[in-house]
Amino acid sequence: MTTRYTKDHEWIRLEGDVATIGISDYAQSQLGDVVFVDLPAPGKKVDAGAEVAVVESVKAASEVYAPASGEVVEGNQAIVDDPALVNRAAQTEGWFVKLKLSNKAELDALMDQAAYEAYLKTL
Amino acid sequence: MGDTAETLKITPLNALHKELGARMVPFAGYEMPVQYPAGILTEHKHTRAAAGLFDVSHMGQVRLTGADPARALEALVPGDLVALDVGKMRYTVFTNDSAGILDDLMVNKRDRDLFVIVNAACKEQDIAHMRAHLKDVEVEYLEDRALLALQGPAAVAVLSRLNSVMPAMSFGMGATLALGKYEAFVTRSGYTGEDGFEISLKADEAEDFARWLLSQPEVKPIGLGARDSLRLEAGLCLYGHDIDTTTSPIEAGLNWTISKRRREEGGFPGAATVQKQLKDGVTRKRVGIQPEGRAPAREGTEVFNEKNEKIGVITSGGFGPSVDAPVAMGYVATDYAKPGTPLTLMVRGKALPAKVATLPFITKRYAK
Repeated sequence: MTTRYTKDHEWIRLEGDVATIGISDYAQSQLGDVVFVDLPAPGKKVDAGAEVAVVESVKAASEVYAPASGEVVEGNQAIVDDPALVNRAAQTEGWFVKLKLSNKAELDALMDQAAYEAYLKTL
Repeated sequence: MGDTAETLKITPLNALHKELGARMVPFAGYEMPVQYPAGILTEHKHTRAAAGLFDVSHMGQVRLTGADPARALEALVPGDLVALDVGKMRYTVFTNDSAGILDDLMVNKRDRDLFVIVNAACKEQDIAHMRAHLKDVEVEYLEDRALLALQGPAAVAVLSRLNSVMPAMSFGMGATLALGKYEAFVTRSGYTGEDGFEISLKADEAEDFARWLLSQPEVKPIGLGARDSLRLEAGLCLYGHDIDTTTSPIEAGLNWTISKRRREEGGFPGAATVQKQLKDGVTRKRVGIQPEGRAPAREGTEVFNEKNEKIGVITSGGFGPSVDAPVAMGYVATDYAKPGTPLTLMVRGKALPAKVATLPFITKRYAK
């Protein structure tokens, strides 16, 4: 499974037709302590680049954008119950939503691990 | 806003903040630490449990001298400075002619002067205001001094290692003291709801002194992020957010800062408006607001009543680490200002239930 990244620091990982998305470890470190997440209901349709969730630290609220278009099939209740899980495991158990993708080809436009790491060095 | 790296001012502790791994941000024209590697939640809780060191050297320290600077300054603020005893401090505000608030400030009465602390973002304007309006008073900006705050229940024990007089100071007292090899003007005061001290000392001694404080086991460095969440839980106003030129001291619930004599005599800008508001009441009041769920309601969130009419706005809001819940304050129409009144907050298009809360959200632990 390849993980791909957006310039807004979301990650996406496809398994079959369903992709898991979250925020990168870099993003969680920049946000600081996560205290609240607002996840969409299953069935919600989102376009690539549209807001799909909100993550709030002590200081501020930030939008999480969908890396690709699709329909929400599941939100991660574990991060609703324990928002700090996003800080502890941003790229594993701290995922945000699962999306049934409408166009897998959209992933080709995103960065792979090496490209994302190179991008972080430019920030 | 012009807050580029090139134009930012720095405090005497700038290098120390960076050495400690702080994330630096522009704030009021200064490059300031918003948090250290421990993070805001940990820094906040540490301050309430032990002692936190804050660099507040960006704030304006001003010395007023002259025949009677206390009486002179009363022409610009509603606080009672004439009745203030030497060695005591008072919180007050600069008002404008419509009773709006130009800034809030702490006034310390000392033997030979008044020592005034104003907000960083307002200090140039405040100094110009005082120079323009204070008769027979010299207004001296103390640019060569740093200001540190040591806040939390262990602060008194830490400073007592340098001077055994510390426990004898009561909250709101100030004195020039020897702290080890440093001479400082120290007040027992702060902006966190905890016991603590603010320490004004020479800028070129501040880093050494801060390093000594940080070498004490109870003390950790605390950034502006936790400073904001601590003061919000304590129900304390942040200038430019909870109070500004559009809010009067009465709307802001700062009636306690205006003595009977000053209410009767007036003699400060906007006095007629303040007197009228004290007599007839105000149309809106600053209140604490407790969202019922887990979603924080930030500054600017609109507040509605049960009939879906807009009745107010949040002026400070976020997550309260010690309350372990979202906390906020803001202005609501006076009919809705009673603690327990149900409110509706519109957050990202969703109606969230909330209620008016008694301030502060935490129990203040000031030394008597």
